[in-house]
Amino acid sequence: MLAFILKRLGLAVLVAFTVSFISFSLLFLSGDPAAALAGETASGEDVEALRRLYGFDRPMLVQYGDWLFSALQGDFGESYYFKLPVASLIAERLQVTMTLGVCGILFALITAVPLGVVAAIRPNSIIDRVALFLSVAGQAMPSFWFGLILIVIFAIQLGMLPPSGADSWQHFIMPTIVLGYYAMPAIMRLTRAGMLDVLNSDYIRTARAKGAGESRVLFKHALRNAIIPVVSLAAVQMGFMLGGSIVVESVFALHGAGYLAWESIARNDLPTVQALILVFSMFYIVFTFLADVLNAWLDPRMRSA
Amino acid sequence: MTDSTDPLSREIEGPSPRQMLKARALSHWGLIFGMAVVGLLLLVAIFAPLLAPHDPYAQSLMKRMVPPVFMGGTWEHPLGTDHLGRDYLSRLIYGARVSLLIGAVAALISGFIGTAMGVAAGYFGGKVDAVVTFLINVRLAMPVVLVALAVVAILGGSLTVVICVLGLLLWDRFAVVMRASTLQISRRDYVAAAQVIGASTPRIVLTEIMPNVFNNLIVIVTLEMAHAILLEAALSFLGLGVQPPIPSWGLMVSEGKNMMLFEPWLVLIPGAVLFALVLAINLMGDGLRDVTAPEGRS
Amino acid sequence: MSETLLSVKNLTLDIPTGSGTLHAVRGIDFEMKRGETLSIVGESGSGKSLTSLAVIGLLGKSIKRSADEIRYDDIDLLKASNRVMRDLRGNRIAMIFQEPMTSLNPAYTIGDQLMETLLLHRNVSKSKARARAVELLEKVGITAAESRLSQYPHQLSGGLRQRVMIAMALMCEPDLLIADEPTTALDVTIQAQILRLLVDLTREMNMAMILITHDLGVVARVADKVAVMYAGELVETGPAEAVFATPSHPYTRGLLRCIPQPGKTERGAALGTIAGIVPSLVGDVTGCAFRTRCPHAVPACREAIPLRGTDNHDFRCVHADGALSKEGDAA
Repeated sequence: MLAFILKRLGLAVLVAFTVSFISFSLLFLSGDPAAALAGETASGEDVEALRRLYGFDRPMLVQYGDWLFSALQGDFGESYYFKLPVASLIAERLQVTMTLGVCGILFALITAVPLGVVAAIRPNSIIDRVALFLSVAGQAMPSFWFGLILIVIFAIQLGMLPPSGADSWQHFIMPTIVLGYYAMPAIMRLTRAGMLDVLNSDYIRTARAKGAGESRVLFKHALRNAIIPVVSLAAVQMGFMLGGSIVVESVFALHGAGYLAWESIARNDLPTVQALILVFSMFYIVFTFLADVLNAWLDPRMRSA
Repeated sequence: MTDSTDPLSREIEGPSPRQMLKARALSHWGLIFGMAVVGLLLLVAIFAPLLAPHDPYAQSLMKRMVPPVFMGGTWEHPLGTDHLGRDYLSRLIYGARVSLLIGAVAALISGFIGTAMGVAAGYFGGKVDAVVTFLINVRLAMPVVLVALAVVAILGGSLTVVICVLGLLLWDRFAVVMRASTLQISRRDYVAAAQVIGASTPRIVLTEIMPNVFNNLIVIVTLEMAHAILLEAALSFLGLGVQPPIPSWGLMVSEGKNMMLFEPWLVLIPGAVLFALVLAINLMGDGLRDVTAPEGRS
Repeated sequence: MSETLLSVKNLTLDIPTGSGTLHAVRGIDFEMKRGETLSIVGESGSGKSLTSLAVIGLLGKSIKRSADEIRYDDIDLLKASNRVMRDLRGNRIAMIFQEPMTSLNPAYTIGDQLMETLLLHRNVSKSKARARAVELLEKVGITAAESRLSQYPHQLSGGLRQRVMIAMALMCEPDLLIADEPTTALDVTIQAQILRLLVDLTREMNMAMILITHDLGVVARVADKVAVMYAGELVETGPAEAVFATPSHPYTRGLLRCIPQPGKTERGAALGTIAGIVPSLVGDVTGCAFRTRCPHAVPACREAIPLRGTDNHDFRCVHADGALSKEGDAA
């Protein structure tokens, strides 16, 4: 298992460096970053001054090395717009995003796993159909629209929940549902398919032949095996969700890292955008790595390999 | 010894695979419904100029935010008008063009990239596979919405830019699925047989591999088309996708958002249509998968 | 305690399908005494596994079971509640399966799975269950039994896993062991060992066994009684020696011709085959199901045919001698 983890770790680091290079090179997508930064009305001299100030006149690889070296020490430069260190800006906003992400994945797991299990135990029952409908609808639901509908119903019509902001736990209810619903269909489908698969397996028949009761068969023998891939899917979804929180945060005006990303993109604040892309990628990389490790640990066949 | 009148010795003759496929397709509720809705919206998009009652760009400051008929409006504007007095139904109809065009072209671009990568990885294996797998990992690690937003913001939000950005970002699922299917197919005996008789690599890929992975490819094309449509809507909603005055459904939701408190239908209608289209495409994709791969059905 | 351990009368299993009802098993009767080994023989799809699953109550929900009687000891299994069936399974009736590679739960250790059987049915401490597990692993010939307890199924070979399955089945000392093709998935050398083990254990523990197999060679060495099934029907049944000495149904004779016999089968001679395919059992299936492949079929074969014979050796054929005279010295 150690060899497996080391291999995964090596891959994760390699992916991280590649992503860092790509997010850095975004800066050069517009052709001339200095001109873009100076704006359309700037004179040639101003552009030149900016170019020297930010070091855009050096070769790109040198700039990348410079940026990466600082980034590794936690220094992502200064925000063009906020005139503050990018690292502290992001750190300040991450708490909201992390809270949202954790709540979202918990909500998804709490709803999707039981639904998936029941759907697998009683295929084609009402609950199976409801679960299927929820998952099909969830995959097609534009999350920004879903968020707005919730606001219309629960904040405007019923006045039960605050429409936007992040001051209390009530502020997180609707964003959690919207973000969690995004991860729900995949988790539910995998739980259902996994349970169906496992319930048809020979070892479940063995458990029944031993005289094990139905709940013991379902939970001790079946779910324990069916849940392994779900756990790693949840970790991967968590990585995706953090990256996708930008839409939800902007709908609910939650001032997290996703909201910061939206603001920075709209304001052409490239150092912040670069750093955020890198940070969100790192989350994904770390979560998938953890998923692999967790998977290997949960599955005895991989644990001893 | 065998007697043709004996009920036991009758031939056990099933329907042909093609007949079974047709029967399964016709009895698949989701597939029928999905295809019907997608077909309908496709027709609406194609015949938009004939169907739209008004010019989708024509503003009228006198007739701003007229409510739809079911909320006390008139048939002059069946779905009312927006904050600039533009006919909502007409914008909705032209919006179908934007969504379907972006979805289809982006899915084709990403399908081409992903299939090439996936088939190469699955067929050649070894170093090619390692490189492709690595690229897939890198791609998955990039937050799609964020990167798409950033690139569109830098390059400017024209229709072409949005299509290209989505096309260049959404190839991951194609690569993953095509790699797996090709790997599976190229282990089969008939591929080995083709290699033994000296068939060229392009020939094997085109005549032995592609026909066998085609069903999977079609399924992914539909699902990724839905994905691209949703992403475009999200980008436009965030104001960094298709730019006004082009009638994108996501943009319409975004424009209606400020009036949501008083006129919720401004948000509800374009969102519902978007939801219906994506739902229909997904149902079609799921249906195609069920029908073409019956053994994989649960 | 009655002498008869298991008695099954007129067992019928129907499976509804899209194109009609599949009559998978039709009117099976058999009886077993304590300590007796009954071998059910037949090719794939003949209904032999379904028959055993019907006894232990593990048929899928879609399969309809009906019978005049299924009695285990003095319990009427047709009327038994789920609770009663659960108490029987693993406790008084145990079962082992064809696929040792997939029949053990990959998520739990061998020890956990062995002990579970005992803990489910007996009020014993974990340490006692553990001691019993070690004892049985040793009994089925597994060395270093103590250390195997903490191993996972994937760490064992197929032969070892089947031994573990046997040990697990024996944890509660059942009166009846159902072995569904227990050696089919194993290497030939392992097959013989496992079979030997099963025979020794049944003798030692005075345990009855239903051995399901398609291998007549296995039956000849092990069984007291034989039941030959074809397409869901019992075609011949009786004491093993009698059936092997005078196989009376054309299908049984066909099966016996398919196995080479040292000294009898000439070197290089072609082994027998039975031409044709098993008929579809969907819809009306009265009469002898073998008639479509039988060289001696006559119109009367389409009528329902009762089992008949002498000395408990019965067969189901319209020909008085099972058409033996027509085959000359073939058998």
